[in-house]
Amino acid sequence: MNLEKQAWLGRRSILEMVRASQSGHLGGSLSAIDILTVLYFEVLNVDPAHPDDPARDRFVLSKGHATPALYSTLSARGFIPEADLPRWRQLDSDLSGHAEMTKIPGVEMSTGSLGQGLSAAVGMALAARVDGLGYRVFALLGDGEIQEGQIWEAAMAAGHYKLANLVAFVDNNDLQIDGCVADVLSPYPIGAKFAAFGWQVSEIDGHDLDAIRQAVAAAGADGKPTAIVAKTVKGKGVSFMENVAKWHGSVPDADLFDQAFAEVDSKIGELA
Amino acid sequence: MSVSTREAYGRELCELGKARRDVVVFDADLTICTMTMYFAAEFPERFFNAGIAEANMMGMAAGMASTGKTVFANSFAVFSTGRAYDQVRNSIAYPGLNVKVVGTHAGLSVGEDGATHQALEDVALMRAVPGMTVVVPADENETRAAVRAIAELHGPCYLRLGRAKVDDVTDSLPGYGFELGKAVLAREGADATIIAAGLMLQAALQAADQLHAEGISARVLDMHTIKPLDNAAVIAAATQTRAIVTAEEHNVIGGLGSAVAEVVAEAGLGVPVLRVGTKDVFGHSGPAADLLRAYGLTAEHVAAAVRAGLGRA
Repeated sequence: MNLEKQAWLGRRSILEMVRASQSGHLGGSLSAIDILTVLYFEVLNVDPAHPDDPARDRFVLSKGHATPALYSTLSARGFIPEADLPRWRQLDSDLSGHAEMTKIPGVEMSTGSLGQGLSAAVGMALAARVDGLGYRVFALLGDGEIQEGQIWEAAMAAGHYKLANLVAFVDNNDLQIDGCVADVLSPYPIGAKFAAFGWQVSEIDGHDLDAIRQAVAAAGADGKPTAIVAKTVKGKGVSFMENVAKWHGSVPDADLFDQAFAEVDSKIGELA
Repeated sequence: MSVSTREAYGRELCELGKARRDVVVFDADLTICTMTMYFAAEFPERFFNAGIAEANMMGMAAGMASTGKTVFANSFAVFSTGRAYDQVRNSIAYPGLNVKVVGTHAGLSVGEDGATHQALEDVALMRAVPGMTVVVPADENETRAAVRAIAELHGPCYLRLGRAKVDDVTDSLPGYGFELGKAVLAREGADATIIAAGLMLQAALQAADQLHAEGISARVLDMHTIKPLDNAAVIAAATQTRAIVTAEEHNVIGGLGSAVAEVVAEAGLGVPVLRVGTKDVFGHSGPAADLLRAYGLTAEHVAAAVRAGLGRA
């Protein structure tokens, strides 16, 4: 399969979900979709026919607002019927605004209160040890999210317990609601912080699919948990959204949506 | 015998670990206080110390429970319900995960450590979380029964325990049996009903004895499960006796007293409900018995409330 095309189809799906619901988080979904695409199509040992397999790999969307990226990817992988996506965020739908594990197969943890997903991922990674299973656990964190102290409690625990089966991506798009993360409350240097907590660290271009693949392939080699600091662009793929904090949670008007779809469809056409 | 509920819990948790391999325990650097040390020593492969990081502990407990384990996450009540409230709410209760949130050192009877460590609102916090079962056992026998019962319950639960040694009360009750959500009739009575939880059960029984000597017949209900509350037992008390007094080592706002008053009011039963508890204040340092006396949590206070409820003050 053409993974790059799949990622752009994911972008289209993200736009469709937010247009249908007239609410939701575009910027941080568009920045994360390449990582999710590589994970779900090439890395994770998951099967929509057996979503409860005890030996499956786990993925935790710690930045739980990026459900357009997660749900569209789960849909593309066969966990969620595509026809359900337009009802996301509606009263009659099980697809809630933030990730919800009890109703959606393939969602491993309910998230949305930032800072909590990495702890859950640590718990899952410990469970693999308790059960003698070889599965891996992946988490996706926002770079604003890591301002939460709980992230560093979890980082300390993962380092302490040498959870080599744990991989955390930081979607380093450099923006949060109130502006640049460096201006709001700087989390930098991110990689050095994780390294200090006993993690193996790599820093990559989060839109380079090969770089994502290689970083995942190298994860755990040191017998430590792995942090992959992925430099990304918030709103990636839609020119007027790129690197603009406003598109964290704002919804474009009809004309801007038309422009966004035109840009994404053009890219998909090139990749056909 | 006089054993703290935390000690009883620690012993029973270890027994549970022997019987069930799915039991996993987390603690936050308090194993010798919460008494998870017995389990930790016996089952080191199923015990994880989170360090002094309760928020992460609750999140790890949630992740562990998501794989099918029965998880006990332990700290002092003020931390397990307060410090980590958002984690308990969003990572454990919202997804309905099978984590038993355990809070030891609840209430004034913490003693000398003082107000920062005396949880007086933990029941209120946990009771308001959807789907959370809230259990406050009175003594060793009841604590052991409660541990076994909540381990059989699939879903989130808060277990409130104390630091101080408490006398055995429930094992001498005729026909005692522990069932979640079911009050125990500890003493029959016709004039008033005392509904008590935790260490206040003993005070309630002593109060009933005092009142008996005065010709007042007080029923005593051991309401070990605050949520789901035994509404039928409350309604029976409100229809069969003329006053209800609640007794809890907790703020009168949001705990057992509030829960009982809600049931009585909604049923339109016009009996007075008097709440014995701390009166919306923080605690203080001091010996436990002195604190309970100073804050109005003794048998004498309970008896006085019954008299007041019956208009005999």
